[in-house]
Formats: sequence, C-alpha cells, structure tokens
Amino acid sequence: MTKINIPTPLRQYAGKLPTVEVKAGTVAEALSSLVSKHPDLRRHLYTEDGKLRSFVNVYLNEEDVRYLQKEATAVTDSDTISIVPSIAGGW
Amino acid sequence: MLKIGRKEYEALRQHGEETYPHECCGLILGRTNGDERVVTSIARAGNTRTDSAHNRYNIDPKDYIRIQREGRERGEDVIGFYHSHPDHPARWSPTDLAEAHWPGYSYVITSVEQGKAAITNSFELSGSDEGGKEFVDEKIEVETH
Repeated sequence: MTKINIPTPLRQYAGKLPTVEVKAGTVAEALSSLVSKHPDLRRHLYTEDGKLRSFVNVYLNEEDVRYLQKEATAVTDSDTISIVPSIAGGW
Repeated sequence: MLKIGRKEYEALRQHGEETYPHECCGLILGRTNGDERVVTSIARAGNTRTDSAHNRYNIDPKDYIRIQREGRERGEDVIGFYHSHPDHPARWSPTDLAEAHWPGYSYVITSVEQGKAAITNSFELSGSDEGGKEFVDEKIEVETH
C-alpha cells in the first residue's frame, strides 16, 4: 500500500491519522482513494471543479510530481506521497 | 497558545536579524494538544523570493519536504511557520493571509527594526476552509528549559 502523509491541520478530516495507506497505481489514484476514504478532505485539497488547489504541492518521496509525470506518476507500495502547502507571505 | 522554549524563540528572532533587511522564513515543529501547540524545534528554510526578499517570502519547497521528513523521523510534526518583517510591524498583512493555507497552523512574525529583533507575535490561521480563513491572535508562552 502507498502511504500518504497527512499535514497536521488536515488530520482532523482524516480520522486524526498522520498517515493513510491506499492501494493505487498512480498519484491520481492515490489521492482519489484518499478523498474517497475521507471525503471531508476534498474541499481542502480540490477546488469545486475538481482541480488540485494551486497551493497544494504533491511530492512522491522527495520529488515534486510536477517535475515527474504529474498526477499520472506511477506509485508503488514502497512509495510515500506527501501533501505540502505552498507557504508564502510578507509585509 | 503557542508554547516555545527560550532557545527556539530566540533562534527564530535571530534568524530575522541575520537576514535583515530581507525577510527570513522557517518551519516550526512540535505537537498539538487541543488548543495548545507545543514547539519542539524550529528549522530555517530558504526564501525563494529573491526578487523581492525585503517584503516577500516563500518557503523553499525542497527545504519544506526535507525538514518535514527529518521532523517525522524525530516524532515531530510541522505545526507552523515563522517569518520576519524588516522595519514593519509584527502583524499579519493581507499578503500573509492570502498566502496562508489550511487553518490550524501557527504563523509567527517578528518585526526586525534596523537590524534588531523587536516584537514577536503569533497568529493562528483559523476558519473552516480556504474561503472562511482568518488570523486570530495567539498567545506565546516562552518557557525556560
């Protein structure tokens, strides 16, 4: 099963779990399985028209999937997906 | 409330002094106990906004992912972020709010005046989702240990 690390503030929508395991062949399948299991996560990750929110970054192990095959990136049971927000600001 | 040790508190303030007149940024790690966030470590991150570092920061995602992994290996979670405001108040700006996501993180801001860390404040990103997010003042309790 592929592991998905759940960011601290989103754990309340994922049964308080720090990690969720899913069976998937691609990043897209893994995220789809995640929000199927925990539907309350959906609005924090996706816009209303089903697109990943622009500030949501998805990493396969330590690689940003944008630089791999994006959501079509293949995953295996030894992989870990991390969901990481873009953090920015300034005065 | 944000509970933080004196060492970590001074370290994030000093980071702002070192990067002055540019904004510094970093991650805050620890654990959450209900309404309390307890800091166990902080970690400096690179600011990718080299185009406007005097008033903008963006945490280098490569640093984020590494710091998160290293934290998890120690049993620590990312519970917030810190940055500095060179010669500007230690209060969140509209940009800070627009670029903050996922209510539940703490955002610590230090005003650095003429190169010296002045005031440090913390704000919790609150609300139910991206549309209803707001910053709420969060008390900082600095512990000596």
